[in-house]
Order: sequence, then structure tokens, then C-alpha cells
Amino acid sequence: MFQIISKEDLASTISKFVIHAPLVARKRKAGNFVIVRVIESGERIPLTIVDSNPVEGTITLIVQAIGKTTKLLCTKKAGDHLLDVLGPLGNPTPIENHGAIACVGGGVGTAELYPITKALKDAGNVIYSIIGGRTKELVILEHQMRECSDEVFVTTDDGSYGQKGIVTDPLRLLLTQPHFGIKAVYAIGPLPMMKAVSNLTKEFGIKTLVSLNAIMVDGTGMCGGCRVTIGGKMKFACVDGPEFDAHQVDFDELILRNRSYVDFERLADERFTKELASTAQKVAS
Amino acid sequence: MTVLNPLKPSERMKIPRQHSIEQEAADRVRNFSEVSFGVDEERALTEATRCLECKNAICIEGCPVGVDIRSFIQLMLQKDYAGAVNKIREANYLPAICGRVCPQEEQCEIVCTLGKKHKPVAIGKLERFVADYELEHNLFVPPVITEHREEKVAIVGSGPAGLTCAAELAKLGYRVTIFEALHAVGGVLRYGIPEFRLPRKILDLETDRIRALGVDIQTNFLVGRTATIDEFFDEWGFSAAFLGTGAGTPNFMGIPGESLTGVYSANEFLTRVNLMMANKFPDFDTPIRMGSHVAVIGGGNTAMDAVRTSKRLGAERALLIYRRSRAEMPARQEEIHHAEEEGIELLLLTNPTRILGDDKHSAVGIECQRMELGEPDESGRRKPVPIKGSEFLIPVQIVIEAVGQQPNPIIQATTSGLKTGKRGVVVTDEKQQTSRPGIFAGGDLARGGATVILAMRDGKVAAAAIHDYLTSRRSNLQDTAQPEKKAEEIAAK
Repeated sequence: MFQIISKEDLASTISKFVIHAPLVARKRKAGNFVIVRVIESGERIPLTIVDSNPVEGTITLIVQAIGKTTKLLCTKKAGDHLLDVLGPLGNPTPIENHGAIACVGGGVGTAELYPITKALKDAGNVIYSIIGGRTKELVILEHQMRECSDEVFVTTDDGSYGQKGIVTDPLRLLLTQPHFGIKAVYAIGPLPMMKAVSNLTKEFGIKTLVSLNAIMVDGTGMCGGCRVTIGGKMKFACVDGPEFDAHQVDFDELILRNRSYVDFERLADERFTKELASTAQKVAS
Repeated sequence: MTVLNPLKPSERMKIPRQHSIEQEAADRVRNFSEVSFGVDEERALTEATRCLECKNAICIEGCPVGVDIRSFIQLMLQKDYAGAVNKIREANYLPAICGRVCPQEEQCEIVCTLGKKHKPVAIGKLERFVADYELEHNLFVPPVITEHREEKVAIVGSGPAGLTCAAELAKLGYRVTIFEALHAVGGVLRYGIPEFRLPRKILDLETDRIRALGVDIQTNFLVGRTATIDEFFDEWGFSAAFLGTGAGTPNFMGIPGESLTGVYSANEFLTRVNLMMANKFPDFDTPIRMGSHVAVIGGGNTAMDAVRTSKRLGAERALLIYRRSRAEMPARQEEIHHAEEEGIELLLLTNPTRILGDDKHSAVGIECQRMELGEPDESGRRKPVPIKGSEFLIPVQIVIEAVGQQPNPIIQATTSGLKTGKRGVVVTDEKQQTSRPGIFAGGDLARGGATVILAMRDGKVAAAAIHDYLTSRRSNLQDTAQPEKKAEEIAAK
């Protein structure tokens, strides 16, 4: 059992958890993820490790409540336990000094981007960060991103905060103006966003890394459920990734594959929402 | 031993081989309960009476772990079932599992003297009977461990190889820890073999018996990632390690359409059901896609497990597509027989060429071609050759590939000095010793793909080799710790 040491709500649907997992904390590097199972009847889901503290024996996870499992997880409080935490999994992000780079995060993807940005900053890169969200509330970790970036651009789809538009708008600006000298791009967010970033950087021939959130069961290379097509070859996101050269990724295929269980997810979500409502009613009466 | 069986050999030969009581096929395809209920006490005793009690008992040689079959059957005849199961457990610590999943027809039973003219003694059914009797009547008493040893041994993987190695070492008094990556114990016994062949309860009870020996089992621990073997030696104080991580990486055929939704590796399909209970969705959260028409590709036991599982999940038409003929199928005869009873269609001498999808990226059909058998290949089996122009299409919504597995590469990639061979198999000698002193390996990791009982055999051989290794290491350490004494001894000689 893995105890939740603290929980903080970053937005109405996004929570940050610090979890006691000393063995994971000890070995974790930027880019690693864990597989989490919350309850006995639960599913196994991958979550990127945002931060770790080997001395305290803790890891930090940031979770957006979008389906049953993440909603259930977000009902958990400090002192509660997660049944299973396995990791650190996946290959760590290759951290090099490229010179100047752009780090692009969309929505909760910024949580996954943050540790990588920090490590890239420590490696001596000049960092231009772009963080976006549908609306102001979904722009997260701005303060932390500012701490490890030389400049930060913020975008929202609805213009409620920062520049109105999407993350590729400031990125295009960075790439078209040679004085920024962008040598590489790291992008993490929803698949359509990563695809858009990839299409843009391809035009400029700038090396781009993305982190793929494929559906996983075991997370250790056993099931092949997370298979993705990279440069025409089958790879497993869990053990060969999760990061890949964006220009080689078949995004359209992964977008379709990630919809494999939408009907099931909707059913589980509806059932859970009803359960929550009936529990709340019982508590109220 | 006194003569317990009053019947003359000729009389014993007249008794027909006893059959298991089984769930009717029509019923069992609607549930996940065990297909076979085994034999009852009366049938078990009748069957035991058939044993000729041969002096040379070659059945024992037929058993990869050398169970003293003749003695356990003699104990059965005295109705000493606890004694019988303990006799088995001396050589095989997982009798309730082996009594269910071992291919006895190729091992102990194929050499049975009675089998030369009649049907062999149903040794597997007897093993299962005494093991189940012990579980039901709660007769298990953990063996007394007489000597405790200081050395810690790490066992990587809680499958049949790891569990057996752990049990043997614990009996010798070592401090044993099993590291398991998944959240539940058993490895392939858990995620691979379905409930209807090996009930979870049996697996849980058998693993409890391993814990009863003092073995510590750490789940959620992926060796190579959570900690490495090198760290086990340098920082964690382990003196030896056994690697039994199996062959968990699924192969894919490499045909077009494998990325379509509805296409699974058998590993994923079975893991979703066996480990994650997807058959109980939405009471359990892990989903699984099903369709009215399902095709499973492959001819081994894994393919059989997948196709029979798909039937139980509601497939109206469940097909097994295999490129050779029935004679070459690696699956157990019993499994093929059970599958056919359950209405599984075997499409032999047929090979898939591509999977077709719709505009939603979901599988809708599989294109196959007919094959004929040509010259024998390196495996000695006749090689299937495609018949030109024989392509045809079968409508299916689910395709499950059961075309073999390879060892998971994590442990080889993260352990220094470990020699690997073809397809990432860890190289060992006949004592399961790897290229690195103190590290032993067995089961599918060292074989590429074999059976539960061969994995157990390797675990057992490795445990003996680890004991030898640690014993000689201990005496060497004592020698270096007392160099003067040794010098005196030499001088005295």
C-alpha cells in the first residue's frame, strides 16, 4: 500500500498528489512513469512522475479527473492509500545541451513536461516554454515552469488567459525568428496538440520529442496494448518509449487506438458518477 | 512395504481407466468455472488400484521433477492422502497446479507400463485428487526447516520457476525474497492460464503454502527498474539470484492491420481477463472488446486458452486459425478436445495475410490463405507452404494473435555480464548457472517457451545449484577469514 502524503487541487479537475513510494523515488528520472491501481477492482493506469524526493521517499503525480479511475483517484485524500504503484517505468528522457529549445505543454501535459524542462534547464539549455490550456483554469504549473524557463508563453483556446490561440501560435513565432536559435522541441499534451506541433516543426526540420500516452495494462512490455507505429515499425510505448521522435510517429493511428474503449469508459464513468451522487445523498441525509 | 493391492496384475489390467467428472460443454461455455471437477474418492481409489507398482517405476523418470509416483499411489491405497500429497511435495511443491496443467500424457503417463497394452494409469488425475483433498480438508502442515542459513537469495518472477526455486531454497533454510512486477503472484499461472483450467483459489492456496515456508513475496517490484540485480548484490545484501521472468513479450505476425482496434496479443487478451477480471466489467474497471466473430491465430495452449476464453465472453463463432495440420499443433490433446466440445472451429492449414478494418479503425475481417505441408523444417515439422490464389475472407471483429512470446528484455539489459542467446534467451549451463557467478536462470527465460513443469524443474535444479554455490562460497569465505588456521592445516599435512 502506498500512502498519500499530501493532496493539493490545482484546478477543479486537476489534483497534485505526493505519494510515499521510496523505491520508486530513489530510482526515478525525468520522463519515467508509474502504473497505478487504486482499488482491488480497479484498472492499471500509467501516470508520469512529475517530481520525486529520494530523501523523503516520495513521488509527485498530477492527475486530471477525466474518467472513472482518475475521478476515483481524485476523491482520495492525504492519509488514504493507493493499492499498487509500480515503477519507475519507461526510458528516462535523454537530457542534452542543445543550446536553445522550446518546451511545449498542453493541459495536464504540462505536468509531464515540467520535470523534463527542469532537467533540460539544469543541463544548460536556454528554455522557451509554451504552456496552453482550453481555458485559464487548465493552465497549470505556470509558476514552476517560469522558474526553469528563460521565457514563458501562455495560450488559452478561449482567450481567458495569456494569448488567445493554441500553443503552435507562439511556437511558429519562435521557429520563424532565427535569433531564438531553437535547436529542439519537447512537446507533451493531448495527441492532436502533439501532432500539430510535430507537423509544424517538420516544416522547419527541428528535432522534436513527444511522450505518447497509449493505453497500457501491465506497463512492462507484456501485453502489447500500447503498441504504436514509429517510422513504420511497431514499438511498445511502455518499454521502447514513452518518448519518441515526433516526426516518425503515426499520430492518427494512435488517436484512433486510444478510442478503443470509449463506450466502456463512458459506461464506467456514468456508473461511478451515480455512485458518488448516491453516497453524497446518503451522507447528506 | 506390505502389499496393499490384493489384485493380481492381470486383474488390475481389466479395470478401465477412470475419467474425470466434467462440466457439460453447453454449460461451461457460459461460465468461467473449472471444466474438470477431477475424480471423486471412489474413482481415485479405483484408478490407484490399476497401478502395477512396477519395480523399476519408469513413470518417475518420465516426470521432469522426479515425483515418486509409485510411493504416492501406494499411500493413496492406504487412504493416507496427506501422506500421498506430502510424498509428491517432496519433489513438487505445487501439486494442485501440476495435477491440472501438466501434460502428463507426454511425461509420466506415456511411459506407464500399463499403457503398453491398455490405457496408462491416470497419474495426473490422482495427483490432483490428493492435492485437492489436502486443500479441502486443510491438512497441510509446512515442512519443518531444520537449519537456518544467513544468506539471502533473490528470486525474480513469481511464476512456476520462481515459486519452485523459492520453496526449495526456503526448505534448505535460506532467506528468500520473491520479486514480482505485477500486483498479484503467479506469473503466467495468474495472467496466462484461465480460471476454467486453473482456479484463482487453487493458485492462491498454493502460493500461501510457499509463504508458509517463510518466503517473502514483494509485488509491484520490477527488477531492472525498481532495483537492479547489481544493486541486489552490492546494496541489498543478496548472495545469489534466480531469474525466472518467463517469456512475456508477445510476438506479432507483422501482417497489415495489426494496429486495428479489436486486435489483441493473446497475452493482452488473457491478462485483461485473468489478471484484471475484464469479464466482470463494469464491476471491475478493466474493459475488453468482444465481437460475435472471433479469430485466434496459433496452435499452442495459449491459443486454446484465448479461443475458449472468447467463447465464454460471448463469441458466437470462435475460430482457431493454424497454418499446419492438427498433427503439428503444439497444444495438449485434452485442450483441443475440450475446445472442440465447446464448439470452437479449427481452421487448419490456413494462414492470415491481413486484417481488414472499417472507417473507425475497428477490425471487420481477416484475409487468409490456404496452406499445404511441404518438406520438414529445422523443427522437424513439415513446413507449411501457401497455395497461390487461395485467399479468402472471414468476417471477424476480434483477432487474437497467439504466435509465441519472447523473454522480456528488461533484466538482460539492466544486468551486467549476462550472456544471452537467440531471441534474448538467457544462456545457462545444465545447472541453470548463467554466465555470471551467483546468478541462475530457468523456465521460459532460459528456454524461450516451454511448460509449467519444465519451468519448475529448472527452478528445482537451480535451487540445488544455488545451495552448492553458497555452500562453497561460505567455506571459501571461512578459509579467507582464517588464513592462519588454513596455513597451519597445510603445514600439519
